[in-house]
Amino acid sequence: MIRVVDLHKAFGGNKVLRGVNFRLRRGETLVIIGQSGCGKSVLLKHIMGILKPDRGKVFVDDVEITSLREDELHAITRKFGMLFQGTALFDSMTVGENVAFGLERYTDYSREKIKDLVRENLAKVGLRDIENLMPYELSGGMRKRVGLARAIAYKPDIILYDEPSTGIDPIRADAINDLIIRMKKEMNATELIITHDMVSAYKIADRIGMLYEGKIIEVGTPEEIENSKNPIVQQFIHGRAEGPIENW
Amino acid sequence: MFPKVKSPLSFVNAFFEGLGEVSLLCVKTFKSLFKKPWEKGIFIQQLEEIGVRSLPVVSLTAAFGGLVFGLQTYVGFHRYIGPGSESYGGPIISLGLSKELIPILVGLMVTGRVGSAMTAEIGTMRITEQVDALFSLGADPIRYLVVPRTLASFIMLPILTIYGDIIGIAAGFFYNVYMMGVNRVIYIRNTMMYMELWDLFSGLIKAAVFGIIIALIGCWQGLKAEGGAEGVGRATTRTVVIASILILIVNFFLSKALPADIGR
Repeated sequence: MIRVVDLHKAFGGNKVLRGVNFRLRRGETLVIIGQSGCGKSVLLKHIMGILKPDRGKVFVDDVEITSLREDELHAITRKFGMLFQGTALFDSMTVGENVAFGLERYTDYSREKIKDLVRENLAKVGLRDIENLMPYELSGGMRKRVGLARAIAYKPDIILYDEPSTGIDPIRADAINDLIIRMKKEMNATELIITHDMVSAYKIADRIGMLYEGKIIEVGTPEEIENSKNPIVQQFIHGRAEGPIENW
Repeated sequence: MFPKVKSPLSFVNAFFEGLGEVSLLCVKTFKSLFKKPWEKGIFIQQLEEIGVRSLPVVSLTAAFGGLVFGLQTYVGFHRYIGPGSESYGGPIISLGLSKELIPILVGLMVTGRVGSAMTAEIGTMRITEQVDALFSLGADPIRYLVVPRTLASFIMLPILTIYGDIIGIAAGFFYNVYMMGVNRVIYIRNTMMYMELWDLFSGLIKAAVFGIIIALIGCWQGLKAEGGAEGVGRATTRTVVIASILILIVNFFLSKALPADIGR
């Protein structure tokens, strides 16, 4: 479904991605783990077409997207729903307008139908009667859930999650994990999640890949990652300060 | 220990990089003008933000600009030509205000009030990933953010300038006729005799160009803002400085390029 081939990206002299390769199969949940600032979000933005790579290719359903023009990308972005790290809710709009935003642009539904779908998708993430609230009136966990409702409202094939459990307490983070698992079952979606939260990764992943120094250094099932012989993977999954990964 | 001193070459690089980015944004904005869907809601909201909400500040600057211009032309005629010649200040006030002073004052005021707000709003959207969210939800950020602002600014600046012309010219008239006792009939007759419609119109052309400059610089700086709240603050300051300087420079070249009068 998604194939990333030899992806390179540098910002100024800072080489963030140095040849990323991986494949995401239809219907699976792939979790990419890695340190903060190692380029996980940059990788997601390449897959969405938001950023263009310096070198390498991204295939979505066998269409190479890095060479597409902006208007051609519209059909590709329609396949994706994305939950951003800080939720990226439009703060000048109400919750209802936020959730309706993608529906208005990706579908020809009537206003009434969109209104119903907004209500329905908010209910899916456990929220009711908050359509008229502004994003700043919501708690961190509620904002995440509204962000998820906005991302899934137009039924995308692939859902991308950027650090879904960051910035919320462990209980709410686990509730988000349950939601991610439920979304996959209900929508039959393919999911790509980036996180540094190993509790989440083990709970939701079919496969886990580790991004380190701009490359995917290992991919496997949660068990395979747990038993990895790679000292870098072992240091990261056990959260140890000592080891081959520099901690500053 | 000491901050690094930037080489002059880095300023040249930054200048050409900026020029390239703004030119590209200008071309993309122009192309997007003709693509659907049009963001009517945001366009109308921007018309109100740029136009209606700027009326108080334009009223004040135009009124005091007109008063002070009226004062100095009165003093000038009185001192150098002699008593009784002050009524010739009418056409000079009207010409100076409508061709130069009002378009520039309106441009600078709208830069401070609206250009900076555009950068702050779009810059905040950028650093909180809302611009990326627009893209992911099928809205092209140029079409959604830049086009409505540029179009609204292009339309509202000339309208604000007409309004400012009326206030400014009336203030100059008020100062000369009601405060200094210049003959009302002769003042009006002189103004009508030496003023042309083109004088007003050339000021409006300038204002429309200033409108495009303000919106493009405001949006450009917002879209490239980075570095958190401090970065947005710096981008906002840059918008005011760059747009204000550009308005003054472009005004000179437009004054040179546009004919002084038509059909005389």
